[in-house]
Amino acid sequence: MSSENLDIAYVAKLARIALTDDEVERFGAQLGDLLGHVATLADLDLDSIPATAQVVESRNVVREDCERPSLDRETVLNGAPQRQGAFVRVPRIIGQA
Amino acid sequence: MKYEAVIGIECHVELKTASKMFCGCANRFGAEPNTLICPVCMGMPGSLPVPNAAAIEYMIRAGLAFKAAIPAYSKFDRKNYFYPDMPKNYQISQYDMPLTQGGVVRYWLEDGTIRECRLTRIHLEEDTGKSTHAGSGDGRIAGSSYSLVDFNRAGVPLMECVSEPDLRSAEEAVAFLEMLRRTLMAIGVSDVKMEEGSLRCDANVSIRPIGSETYGTKTEIKNMNSFRSVRRAIESEIARQSAMLDAGERIVQETLGWDEANGTTISMRSKELAHDYRYFPDPDLVPMEISEERVAAVRAKMSPLPIDRFERYAKEYGFNIKQTTQLIDAPEIADFFDRTVEVSKHPQQTQNFVLGDLSRLANESGIAIHQSPVSPEHLGELVTLVEAKTINSKIAKELLARMWAGEGSPKAIVEREGLAQTSDPAALARFVDEVLAANAASVEEYRAGKSNVFGFLVGAVMKNSRGKADPAAVNALLRERLGG
Ligand SMILES: [Zn+2]
Repeated sequence: MSSENLDIAYVAKLARIALTDDEVERFGAQLGDLLGHVATLADLDLDSIPATAQVVESRNVVREDCERPSLDRETVLNGAPQRQGAFVRVPRIIGQA
Repeated sequence: MKYEAVIGIECHVELKTASKMFCGCANRFGAEPNTLICPVCMGMPGSLPVPNAAAIEYMIRAGLAFKAAIPAYSKFDRKNYFYPDMPKNYQISQYDMPLTQGGVVRYWLEDGTIRECRLTRIHLEEDTGKSTHAGSGDGRIAGSSYSLVDFNRAGVPLMECVSEPDLRSAEEAVAFLEMLRRTLMAIGVSDVKMEEGSLRCDANVSIRPIGSETYGTKTEIKNMNSFRSVRRAIESEIARQSAMLDAGERIVQETLGWDEANGTTISMRSKELAHDYRYFPDPDLVPMEISEERVAAVRAKMSPLPIDRFERYAKEYGFNIKQTTQLIDAPEIADFFDRTVEVSKHPQQTQNFVLGDLSRLANESGIAIHQSPVSPEHLGELVTLVEAKTINSKIAKELLARMWAGEGSPKAIVEREGLAQTSDPAALARFVDEVLAANAASVEEYRAGKSNVFGFLVGAVMKNSRGKADPAAVNALLRERLGG
């Protein structure tokens, strides 16, 4: 079952995941439980704590702008589902326009 | 009815770093397909992105160039969507805490009027791969049966610049874009080449009755491949919307493609789903904190901004808009010019040399002015010699050619060879009288009414003085001697 804040069928569609009705029911309940778990935060007094999107303390982790070798093309292309010459071949992108 | 256009621009600009945004693959245009890729830019599970320090610095430069705010805290987010040229199925971008916020682009129109267009933000993201739609014959999506993808571009640092809807005509939109391009080029963050795709732009266009404060329904135009197409596409869209409103029709909010061959915008037919990218902070990347000291350090090393040069050249020096633009759009020459003016203190005369004789010598030899043997110090000396009337313009031209050939200081040459202009009246009289005596026939012809002989006589006197006489003084004295 989808919870109040979670339209599981819509999220699955955005993620391009095909779910059976049974899976919608099962995953909906599991994700609903997860959201419920996070919601326990609402019971705490957090007024003095600034919001953050990160739990690690490091900042400004960067690398110097240096070129490094790339992978061998054959290795990469042989890993692709379909190739054509030097390119990765993919299905038509948008329906007939 | 009379309408006013309301236009906003969205630009994507590839930064010219050596390596990609989050991995060490080369950031290079035109390489063999799929040779510049690695597990990070291909989004292989377990690989971790690390931001490129140069790209962050370039963003700070861009922010400073447009007087944007550089927030102390910013972060990267994932923009989730599916497209075959984006191997991770998300693009690393910036959602609510970009590296720069606000700002303004001050630009000039052809007549020199300065206008302003506010920026909403400039954020940093990664470029996608490049797909060629195959099977349709013309490389377009319509009618294609499959696509071929080259991932070399995937992960190249990409700056997205979003303007407020402050532009009111196609002319303003193009002038704004030209300013954006010349500024980003001047501060060294991008090549900004539309033909290589390092500058790509979309335009949001709506119209409203003149005097109205509310916005009309806007359309978004894509697929404009040159500044000329931007101008034509916006003009065509304004005309289309005006005709629709005049006919009592309603404008539909949609994405349009510019059809260059037919000169019209065409509906791209809306995508299957309304966009819902489910942005969330990228857990693989830690936030960035940019201190005021860091911003100040970047500011201290910034190259001169085109808009500042414009105000100095056009307003302070009084150059015309064409010459001003010509100088600004060749930053190395503008640098050379600025350094010369510091020595010469005569902007107009310096500009005459730089855009005139020096540019001609550069064109003839194929050597750029700033790489020629003529230094700003020596050109400054030359301008000073001319301004002080120590040498005339003919000698100056000859000296410049010799400086170009590597002979060094013009002042030294003048002193060594006694080339200073003769202002001694007795010497001048001697040069004139010698010529008159030696050319009695020409003098007769002149007196008989053949006035064009006069030029020949002036030339002969100049030659006699080895170019050192002041041509104006020669003219005056000759007329006096010949009786008017
Ligand atoms: Zn890579």
